[in-house]
Amino acid sequence: MTYAAKSLTQGRELIAFRIEDQEFCVNIMSVREIRGWTPATPMPHAPQYVLGVINLRGAVLPIIDMSMRLGMKPAEPTVRHVIIVAQVGQKAVGLLVDAVSDILTVTDDNVQPTPDIANETAKNYARGILAIEGRMICMIELEALFPHVESEAA
Amino acid sequence: MDMNEIKEIFFQECEEQLAELESGLLKLNDGDRDPETVNAVFRAVHSIKGGAGAFGLDDLVSFAHVFETTLDCVRSNKLDPNQDVLKVMLKSADVLADLTNAARDGGGVDEARSKQLIRELEALANGEMPAASEAPAAKPAPALVATPVADDEGFQPIPFSFDDFGGEEKPVEPFAPTCEILFHPKRELYAKGNEATLLLRDLSRIGEMSIRCDMDSLPPLEDMNPEEAYFSWKISIATEKGEDGVRTVFEFAEWDCDLEVRTVEEDHEAEAGKDELPMQPVPFDLSILDDGDDDATGEADEPAAPLSSANTAAESNVVPIAAASRAEPSRSEARAAPAVQQAAAAANPAASAASAAAAAPTIRVDLDRVDRLINLVGELVINQAMLSQSVIENDNTGVSSINMGLEELQQLTREIQDSVMAIRAQPVKPVFQRMSRIVREIADVTGKSVRLITEGENTEVDKTVIDKLAEPLTHMIRNAVDHGLEAPEKREALGKNPEGTVRLTAKHRSGRIVIELADDGGGINREKVRQKAIDNDLIAADANLSDEEIDNLIFHAGFSTADKISDISGRGVGMDVVKRSIQALGGRITISSKPGQGSVFTMSLPLTLAVLDGMVVTVAGQTLVVPLTAIVETLQPEASAIHSFGASQRLISIRNSFCPLVDVGRILNFRSTQADPVDGVALLVESEGGGQRALMVDAIQGQRQVVIKSLEANYTHVPGIAAATILGDGRVALILDVDAVVAASRGQSLKQEISLAATG
Repeated sequence: MTYAAKSLTQGRELIAFRIEDQEFCVNIMSVREIRGWTPATPMPHAPQYVLGVINLRGAVLPIIDMSMRLGMKPAEPTVRHVIIVAQVGQKAVGLLVDAVSDILTVTDDNVQPTPDIANETAKNYARGILAIEGRMICMIELEALFPHVESEAA
Repeated sequence: MDMNEIKEIFFQECEEQLAELESGLLKLNDGDRDPETVNAVFRAVHSIKGGAGAFGLDDLVSFAHVFETTLDCVRSNKLDPNQDVLKVMLKSADVLADLTNAARDGGGVDEARSKQLIRELEALANGEMPAASEAPAAKPAPALVATPVADDEGFQPIPFSFDDFGGEEKPVEPFAPTCEILFHPKRELYAKGNEATLLLRDLSRIGEMSIRCDMDSLPPLEDMNPEEAYFSWKISIATEKGEDGVRTVFEFAEWDCDLEVRTVEEDHEAEAGKDELPMQPVPFDLSILDDGDDDATGEADEPAAPLSSANTAAESNVVPIAAASRAEPSRSEARAAPAVQQAAAAANPAASAASAAAAAPTIRVDLDRVDRLINLVGELVINQAMLSQSVIENDNTGVSSINMGLEELQQLTREIQDSVMAIRAQPVKPVFQRMSRIVREIADVTGKSVRLITEGENTEVDKTVIDKLAEPLTHMIRNAVDHGLEAPEKREALGKNPEGTVRLTAKHRSGRIVIELADDGGGINREKVRQKAIDNDLIAADANLSDEEIDNLIFHAGFSTADKISDISGRGVGMDVVKRSIQALGGRITISSKPGQGSVFTMSLPLTLAVLDGMVVTVAGQTLVVPLTAIVETLQPEASAIHSFGASQRLISIRNSFCPLVDVGRILNFRSTQADPVDGVALLVESEGGGQRALMVDAIQGQRQVVIKSLEANYTHVPGIAAATILGDGRVALILDVDAVVAASRGQSLKQEISLAATG
C-alpha cells in the first residue's frame, strides 16, 4: 500500500470535496469540470448509487451519488450540491458531492497509508490519507471505484 | 505528407477506380459498346496498376497487368467482349478488389483463384490472334521503371544544360537494336510533376544514347508562355531492351507527350500514344490535348506490328503475349494498336468532358469532422428549443419581437439541421454494386444463371445506414439466388426464362428509404414452411394461419436454427438475423410472395440514425420516447376491454382479438405495482416475431423528432432502453427499446431477478 501511495502521489494536485463531515480527494487531472446540481433522469435497472443521467452539453452523463457509493447514506440532492465531472478511462462520470472544498498540492510526505481498520469497500478505493491543517482527507482512486466503467471502455 | 497518407489516398482512389471498373464492365455486359466505356474500364485498371507499381505492390501490379493486357485486346477490337469474356473480367475485377484490400489491410487472397484467372485472361488475350505472329517473345522482360509521380503540382522549369545533349549521334553498337525516339512533352507532362530530364536520365540507363534537342518551336521571349512546353528531343539509343524497354521508361508519361519510337531496322513502325493520364482525377482541358495531336494521329495510321504499347511493356513475363496480341498483320488500318483508339478517344472527348464537367466538384472530408458538426447542430437545435420554451414561459404577451425572432431562428436551425444531415447522406450505389458481385459468386456456386437489375442506386441515405445495410442485404441476396430462384432446367420446364432475375430497387418514400428485393423464382413454399414450423414447435399443428403469417414465419428465430434448412425451397437461412439487423436500424421488413412468381422483400429504413421520430410519453412521472416506427396505433382502453389472465397478466381486446398488456413502468422498474390501464394510454406495437403487444403508458405528450444520444458513451447498455435524447427542457429522456421491453414482458420473472441483482 505504501508503494502504491507513493507511486500515485508524486507531487500531484488534488481536488478535495466534502460529503457530510468527511473529506475526500481525487486527482485533479481526472476532473473535467465542476457544475451545479440539475435533476437527473432516473435509469431503469441501475444500481441505487446511480441517480440517473443528465445532459452535459449534449452528452449523456451518468450521475453517481458518491455518498452512497462510498457506503454512506443516500444523498438528498439540493441546489447546493455540486457535480464533479470526472474522466474515468474513456468515459465521463458525474460525481455528486456536498461541496468542493479545496485544491491541494501534495508530495509523498503528506500521504499516509490507509489504516488497517478500514473495511474492504474502503480499502478498495482508498489510496491513502492526507493530514492537512488538522483535517483528514481520504484519497480516492476513481478507477478502483468504477472498475466496470473502465473494463467496458477497454 | 508522409508515405502512409499518400498510400491511403491511393487506396481511396483504388476504391473509386474499382467501382468505375465494375460499373463499366456491367455496362459492357449489358451490351454497351461505346469505346469510351471500354476506355474507362481500361483506365481504371491501368491507374490501379500504376499506383500499385509506385508502392511496390507486386501482386497487385502483376495481376492488373494481365488484366490490362486482355482489356487492351478489347479496346483494340481484337477481342469481342461477349458474355463469357465479361464473366472472366468481372471475376477479375473481384480479384483485383481482393488484392487491393489485401494490400491495404494485409491478409491473404485466394491465390489459386487469381492464378486461374490470370491463365484465363492470358488465354483470352491469346485466343484471337494467330499463333504465327513473329516472336518478340525473345525479348527479356524489362524491369518496371517507376517514373516518379511527384505530388507537387507546380510547374518546374527544366533544369538542364542544353550543351550536354547537343552532341553527335554515337555510332550504333552492332549487337543492340537501335531505336530512334522522338519525344515531345506537352505542358501536361510538367503540370503533373513529371520531368523530362528525369525521363531522359532513366532512358540513358538502359543503353548508350545520343540526344538532340529541337528548339525550333521556341518563341521569342516576349511571346513565351512560361507554362508551355516548347522543346522536343530526338534520341537515338542502342539498347538490348529494345522498344519495350524504351516505352517502359515513358510509361507514366506517354499520355502527356508525343512519343515516337522506331527501331531502325524496322522502319515502318511507329506509335504515338496519347491519352489523358487516368491517375489524375482532376479534370483538365482536353482542348489542349487536341491541339497537339496532329502528328500523333498522323503517325498512327501506320500499322503497328510488334510494338507493344507502353501500357503493356511493364514488368512481367507476359509481355510477349501483349506484344503478340496486337501483331496480327491483316486489317492493319483498323488495328493501328491503341494509337487509333486513343486518338479516337481524344477526338471524342466531348461526351466524357461534358460528363466530367457535369459532375459537381467534391471534396473528401474526414467523417469525424462531419459528425462533430452534426453533433453541434444537434446541440443548437436543443438549445434553440430550450430558449423558445423559456421565453414562452416568461413572456405572456406572445407577440413580442423576441418571439418572432425565435421563430425565424427555429426555421434556420431546422434548415441547418437538414443540410448537415444531407452531408452524411450517400447514394446506396456502393452497396448495390457489391451486391452484383455477391450475385455472381452465388450464381457460380449454385450453377444458376442470374441477372441482377438495380434501380435507384443514386437514392441517398445516411452513411451509417448504408454501412449497416450491406450485411442483411448480402444475406437476402444469397437467399434469393440460392433458395428463391429455381435451377435453370426447372425454370425452362416452367416456361420461364432460364436466366433468373433479381431486382434490387431503392427509393424514397415519405421520409424513409424503401429498398425492395424481388426475385422471379418460385416464391415461398408455404406448405413446407408451415410443416417446418410445426416440426419445430413454433406453431400448433392445427394452427390456422393466413398466408402472410406463414410467410412471416421465416423471420422467426427458431425457424432458421433447424438443420438442413436449404432443403426448403422457400427461404429461411438467417432471416431472423436479417430482420433483427433491419430493426436495429429502426427499419421494418415485410415480405410478399406469390407461388410460382417469386417473392418481394421490402425494407423500409429511416434516412438517418442521428434523429428519430418518436412519441413522447409519460410513464410513472418519467418522460420516455417510443420510436414511432414501432407504433401501430394508440388507444384509450376501456375497463370493459381489459381482461385478467392468470396471476398478473392482462389482456386487452382490440376489435375482438386479445393482445397482452405490457406495463412499461413495471418493466423498467419505475413502479412496483401495476398501474390501472384505464388511467393510461395503450400503444399498440408490432414486436419481433410479428405479434402485437399493447404497451401501457400514463399519457402521451406528443410527437417529436428527437436527436439520438448514445447511453453507452458514458454509461452502459440498459436493458429496455435503446438510447437517450435531450428534450426541449434540456433534460435527458430515454428512448424505449420496444422489442426488449416486449421480450422482457414474456419472461417477466427473469427480468425482475436481473433488476434486483442490479439494485442490490
